[in-house]
Parts: sequence; C-alpha cells; structure tokens
Amino acid sequence: MLNLRTILLALLALPFLLTPARAQDVDIPASIAAMGEANLRELTQLVSDLAATGDPAVIPALEALAEGDLYLDETSGTVVVQRGSTHLDPVSGDEISLGEAADLSRIRVNNSLRRDIAAALSGMTLMSDNPRTRLSAAQGFTARPDAANLPLLDEAIAAETDTAVLKAMQTARAVTVLGDGDSALEDRQAAVPIVAQSAGRAASTILNAALAEAPEALQATISSAIAGLEQERAVWNALQNVWFGMSLGSVLLLAAIGLAITFGVMGVINMAHGEMVMLGAYTTFLVQLVIRQNFPFLLDQSLLIALPVAFLVTGAIGVCIERGIIRWLYGRPLETLLATWGLSLILQQTVRSIFGPTNQMVIAPTWMSGSFEFYGLSITYGRFWIFIFAAVVFAMLLLVLNRTPLGLQMRAVTQNRRMASSMGIRTPFVDAMTFGLGSGIAGLAGVALTQIDNISPNLGQNYIIDSFMVVVFGGVGNLWGTLVGALTLGVANKFLEPYAGAVLGKILILVLIILFIQRRPRGLFALKGRAVEQ
Amino acid sequence: MLTQALFRALDRKAVWVISIFLAVAILVPMANLLIPPGQFGHVPTYLVSLLGKYLSYAILALALDLVWGYCGILSLGHGAFFALGGYAMGMYLMRQIGSRGVYGNPTLPDFMVFLNYRELPWYWLGFDNFWFALAMVVFVPGLLAFIFGFFAFRSRVTGVYLSIMTQAMTFALLLAFFRNDMGFGGNNGLTDFKDILGAPVQSQTTRTALFAATAVALAISVFICSLIVNSKLGKVMIAVRDAESRTRFIGYRVEYVKLFAFTVSAIMAGVAGALYVPQVGIINPGEFEPGNSIEVVIWTAVGGRGTLIGPIIGAIAVNMGKSWFTSALPDLWLFALGALFVFVTLFMPKGIVGLWSQLFGKSRSKPVITPSQSSDIERGEDPASFGSPQPKPAE
Repeated sequence: MLNLRTILLALLALPFLLTPARAQDVDIPASIAAMGEANLRELTQLVSDLAATGDPAVIPALEALAEGDLYLDETSGTVVVQRGSTHLDPVSGDEISLGEAADLSRIRVNNSLRRDIAAALSGMTLMSDNPRTRLSAAQGFTARPDAANLPLLDEAIAAETDTAVLKAMQTARAVTVLGDGDSALEDRQAAVPIVAQSAGRAASTILNAALAEAPEALQATISSAIAGLEQERAVWNALQNVWFGMSLGSVLLLAAIGLAITFGVMGVINMAHGEMVMLGAYTTFLVQLVIRQNFPFLLDQSLLIALPVAFLVTGAIGVCIERGIIRWLYGRPLETLLATWGLSLILQQTVRSIFGPTNQMVIAPTWMSGSFEFYGLSITYGRFWIFIFAAVVFAMLLLVLNRTPLGLQMRAVTQNRRMASSMGIRTPFVDAMTFGLGSGIAGLAGVALTQIDNISPNLGQNYIIDSFMVVVFGGVGNLWGTLVGALTLGVANKFLEPYAGAVLGKILILVLIILFIQRRPRGLFALKGRAVEQ
Repeated sequence: MLTQALFRALDRKAVWVISIFLAVAILVPMANLLIPPGQFGHVPTYLVSLLGKYLSYAILALALDLVWGYCGILSLGHGAFFALGGYAMGMYLMRQIGSRGVYGNPTLPDFMVFLNYRELPWYWLGFDNFWFALAMVVFVPGLLAFIFGFFAFRSRVTGVYLSIMTQAMTFALLLAFFRNDMGFGGNNGLTDFKDILGAPVQSQTTRTALFAATAVALAISVFICSLIVNSKLGKVMIAVRDAESRTRFIGYRVEYVKLFAFTVSAIMAGVAGALYVPQVGIINPGEFEPGNSIEVVIWTAVGGRGTLIGPIIGAIAVNMGKSWFTSALPDLWLFALGALFVFVTLFMPKGIVGLWSQLFGKSRSKPVITPSQSSDIERGEDPASFGSPQPKPAE
C-alpha cells in the first residue's frame, strides 16, 4: 500500500497542474453524485466510466473514494469529500458548508474496488503531461502488475521522452511481462535483468514470486538474477556493517584515547578512567538541567555548552587525583591500578548516592535526531555527529601533542623520562597536565555517550575493558595506534556479530586480542628503542 | 629423613599457621555439634557456613599471593579460576539432584529441561561421579591457567599488560557463562543443590564437615605454598618478582617459573571455589565479574602480600567487614572498600602483617618510595617489595 500512498500524494498536486483537455462523454458531476446511492457493483461501473473520461477532474473524487473520505449527506443527497472538519465539493474542490441537519454516511468500498481505483488512476496518469505524475503512475504499475495494462504501457513507452520516467515504465513493463504466463519465453527472460537492475529493493521479492510460477527454462535465469542481487545486497550490508563498526570504533576511540595518553606518558593504568567518562555524562545532564530551568532558549545548544564544562570538570578532577593519589605511587604501576580501582568504586557510589541508581536522560538536540540516507546506507545523525566529534577530538589532540610545548614535553617524557627530566622538563607538572588532559578527554567522551547510552553510575564500567583492549591492541605512546586499534576493534566486532551473536562476537574479539598480544606484546604501534627497556 | 626435610622447608610460622587451621577444623565443628545451643561456646550452624566461606576466600587469597606476592604477577582473573572450580563442583551437585528437580527429569537438570535440551551435553558427562568432578576442579582451572600462562609468559607479556589480559579473560568467561546455550544455566547459574556424597547439603553435620574440609584444605594450601616458597624454586620466583630481566640473564627460564606459579595458584583457586559452592549453595556467572577478582587482590594487599599468613588474615578481615557493612550500612560498603584500596596502597604497602615492622621496624628509616622507584616507570615492572632496597634495574 506504500506505493499507492505515494501515487496519491503525487496526485494531490494534480488539480493545480492539469488543465482539462479531454472530451467528455460522461457527465462527471452527475456520475459522482450517483455514487452516493450506488451499490458496490454500480460503484465499480461508475469508477470505470469516470476513469474512461481521462479527465483529471475526477481524480480527487476517486482518491477520496479509495481513502474512504467520500461521504453522502443523507439529508441533502449531495456527495462531499471530508477533510478533517471541512467538507469539499468532490469536483471543484471548493469548500461547502453543510447545514445543521447534515447526516453524513461514508460511501463504502472494498479492497477489490480500491485496487480498481488505483489501477484506473495509474492508467489515467500514465499519459499525463506532468513527468512526476507519469513516474508515479509507472511505479503504480510496477507494484500491481497486470497483463491487461501491457498495451497501455507499450503506448506510453513509445511516447515517453523523459529518461527517468522511461526507465520506470520499462521496469513496470518488465515486471508485468515477467509475471505474465502468456508472454513469450524470450520476452520474459529478457525482462529478468531489467527487473533485477531497476526494481530496487522490491526486486528480489518480485523475482522470488516469479520464480515460484516460472517454467523451468525461465527459472535458471531468475535464479541467477536473484543470486546477483543477493551478492549486491551483501556488499551493501557489508558497507552498512563497516559504518556501524566505524561508529562503534569512534565511541571506543573517544573512551580509550585519554587512557592511551596517560598510560603512554605515565605508565599507569587508570581504572577510574571509566568513571571520568561517567562524570562527563552526568555533567552534561546537569548542564542540560540548568539550561532547561533557566535558559530554555539554549536547550538545543546544551550539548555544545556541556563540552567545555565537562572537559574542565573532569580535567580538574583528574589533576586532583594525580596530585592526591597517583604521584605517590609512581614506579608501582600495579598499586596505581588498585588505588584507581578503589577510587572508581568511591566515585560510582558517590554518584549513586547523589543521583540515585536509576538512569538519567539527556534530550538529544534536534540537529542530532533523525537519520539520513547516504546511497544505500541509513545513517542516524547522532552516530554521524559522534563520529565527526571523535575525529575532531583526535585531530585536536594530535595538534596538542605535536604543535604545543606541552605536547613536546609529554612526548619527551613518554620516550625517556630520566633524560627529559635532565633536560629541565618538570616531569611532575607534565604528569599532572597529562592526567588532567586524559581525564578531560574522558569527560568529552561522556558528553558524546549521553546520546547513545544510558546515563547511570555504571556507565563507565561498560567501556573500561573495551578501552583497555583498544590501548593494548593499538600500542602505547602513539595516537595512531589508538585510532587504528579502535576502528579495527569496532569493525571486527560488528562483522562478527551477525555470525556469532553479539556476546560470542565480543568473546571472540577478546580471545583474538589475547592471541594477538602473543605476536606483538606491545601492541600494533609499539614504541621502539631504548624507551621500551624490557 | 623425609619429615626432617619437610620441616626444614617449613619455617616456624608456617607450622603455626597449619596447626591453627587444623585445630580450627576440629574445634569449630565440635563447638557446633557438641555444645548445645544457648550455652556459652556454641557456634551456630549459619556461622559455621559463614566461616567456611571466609576460609575458602582465604585459600583464594593465598593462591593469589603465590603469584602476586612471590612471583610479581598481578592476576586480575583469579576469580575466574575460583568460579571454574565452583562450576565443576556445582555440576556434580546438579547431577546429584536426580529426579528431585521441579521437572523430575532423572538425568537433565531443571534449566536444561526448561531450555529444551534432549540429552546431556558431552561436557556434563561424568560429573555424576564425585571423584571425576574433583579431578575437574583441579584440571579445568589448571589447564586454562597453563594455556593462558604458556602463551602470555612465553611472549613476555608482563606488568599491567598481563593484568589487563587476565581481566579480559575473566570478562570473556563472564560473557560466555551468561549465555543460556553454553549449557551452564545462563545467568541463574547452578543452584538448588540437594546432596553431596549422599548427605543432604543443608544439614548441620554436612555443613560442619564442609567447614572442616575447608579448614583442612587451607592448612594443606599453606603447607604447599610454604614448601614452594622455601624451596630453591621459590627463591627464583622471588628473584623474578624483584628483577625479572636479571634473573633471565643469569640463565633461569623465567617463563617456566612463572607458568608453574600461575598454574599451581589457579588450581588452588579452583579448589577454593569447589569448597565455596556447596557452602553458599549457588554458583552463577556473577562470580566471573572482574570486580570480584580485583577484590581478591585487595584482600591480599590488606593482609600483607609476600607472606603466607597475610592473605589469610586479609581475606577473613575484609570479608567480615563486608558482612557487617552490607547488613548495617549497605550504602557505605563501596565507599569503605574503595577507601580501603586507596589507603592500603598508599599507606600500608606491607599490609596488616607488615604494620609492625613498617611502624617500628628497621625499614622505618627508609621512605616507602625510594627515588630509584620513580625512575622505574618505563620498565613497566613491579618492584613488589617495598621498604627493602630496590634492585638496580638490569641495564
């Protein structure tokens, strides 16, 4: 019925575009008025009479009849179209006001009559002057192939000049021929590739339906066409999976990149990193709460406002953690791991005490809701912007690391702490800044995650192990490693999911990483040289 | 001759610990069974089970101590070995239910009937035999640790990398055991046990017997650990902990030493799990939670790692605290646990056992963090012994 609706929508514009140019041998207003009292059989006759006029003026009435919007006023005996609370004249389209005594009853139609109407409308419009109308008419024939329409289609194809419409008409003809048992075998075989190429998503349904009734000689042609289509669809599915994987990868990248910096520079695994993400998400929630209560006009920008706030909040917390706990534990990475784990428990429980264990909501801004079609891919705006955001964060971080004094010092400390210290770099300051930067980026990740995940005290825990995997897989001390690691894991995850299921896919990924670490114990992009020591 | 050699291997402290737990194995059941309720000295049955649970945790903590405290491998996946041992025991207990389940199926456990299994999966075969199940308790965690350790240590995955990999391992197992079609009861796990070795699992005598078995197992574990750490192999383990590269350069096969410690430790963890399950009456995938494994680490750290008595004290103390907190102040438990992690790592690196020497001992004059330690960051190695002078990195 979807196609019918598109036709009807296209037809709504008709009365304004078409001028009555055909001869009238049927009295249109009289026939329409007669519909009021007609039974189903008479109604069918009336419809075909009206359709035979080829006059676009009958279209609104026929449409209304098919939609069940055509009513008979029992008191006055007039037939009207009901649109919401207004009533229109079925022929002229003018508004009529019915009296108080009006007693409307719907003119009933059944499905076969609806089909007749739709076919009649398509046939009428196939010769229309407007290419868009002809196009939707051709699509209508594709959806409801009927061998009786073949002469009509042939006539239309011969007269057609617009290539897009011509193609649609040829498709309609091919679909009709294919389904018509009386057509010659060669014609039907020739129709198969046309159907496969141009019928779009419906093609495999049409072909499969044809396959069931086709004679043996035709079956081979159809089967190979179906196989070709399936191959094509597999490619599109793969591309869709790649996109899903990249989207997941961008989320992983956001969550892991801060971890990669702190681990790379300071050699500490920050188990509270996930909680920084969680705090970033809660900051977003709070920012939106404040904005909604005080500055509702900024609501659509609340995510953008939350970005710097979350960065500063989590960054400051990060610096406090580094100054308060981690600096006492340098040289004891395993102890750092334990202390930060304890910290993550405290942070989680704090948030749980303040906000409660239930999920909080952050409303998506309008520019992040909905989705768009990119060739055959369906991409949601939320995922799309997160992907862009991850790319921007990555680029900015690259800039910071490669083009700023702090970045230079951080790289120096990563490569050789003692030498950097000897050259006058204040390594404790670099450590604090690095930890702050890493935590701040985790906060940014939290802002992005509000759009795709529940905001709960456990938010961070869901990402921490995956983030570790990204860091371990990508290697330490090189942002590109993190990028490649995140995207690879994301795409691999999405590709394994359809075959192995989401859970088993994840397990397989973990096992693969464990095996990978055997080959390259320091990850994909390992630091080389003396800095590695062991 | 043999006994003399054994006694030489055991230091005095270990003998004391073993004797204490053997005594506990006899005295607590006696206090439960012989002293009538209400009278002074009676130990109620629920308390016996609770203590039994603590002691099985103590075995787990001791197992972790063997790899962490003595060999410098911080495993964040010991909960997995514990849970695997527990599942092996749970499978035996499930088979003992027989036709007394809700669906009354003589061979299939309830959840399998529910999930439309028609016959027992091959890996459930043999678990109706107690001794087979017991063998699996040892074999399954041991094999997993052997395979995992073989690959990890051979390619020199060390330090935090290894910790993260062990955590990933237990996380993968968590996900796997949550799946219904794994055939291990999905997220409900295995429960509703009836009999163990023909005796009803809930009865007073069975519970006291299980407690005694756990205490004896703990004593045996201490004995084995003491044998290991006092042997020459144990010395090499400590050398690996303190200076892995140097040990390798001297000519020891570091990976085999680590693999031995890791496998033995995993087996002990599996046995602890097997003793734990009949006493608490359930095993479910929640035991694989990475958080559980990290909690074991904190027990060991609180008690004092690198000692045999420390992890036992730590496991019992922390779990008593947990029992008290979760009933009295449930909201504060995570705060307390988190603070414990931070406090112990910052201020009590030697744990409760080392508190005396930390406060009044020789090492008092030495700062906890020596300057040489902070320069060891790049090495990614854990200089596990605090206070004592750090070995110079082998450069």
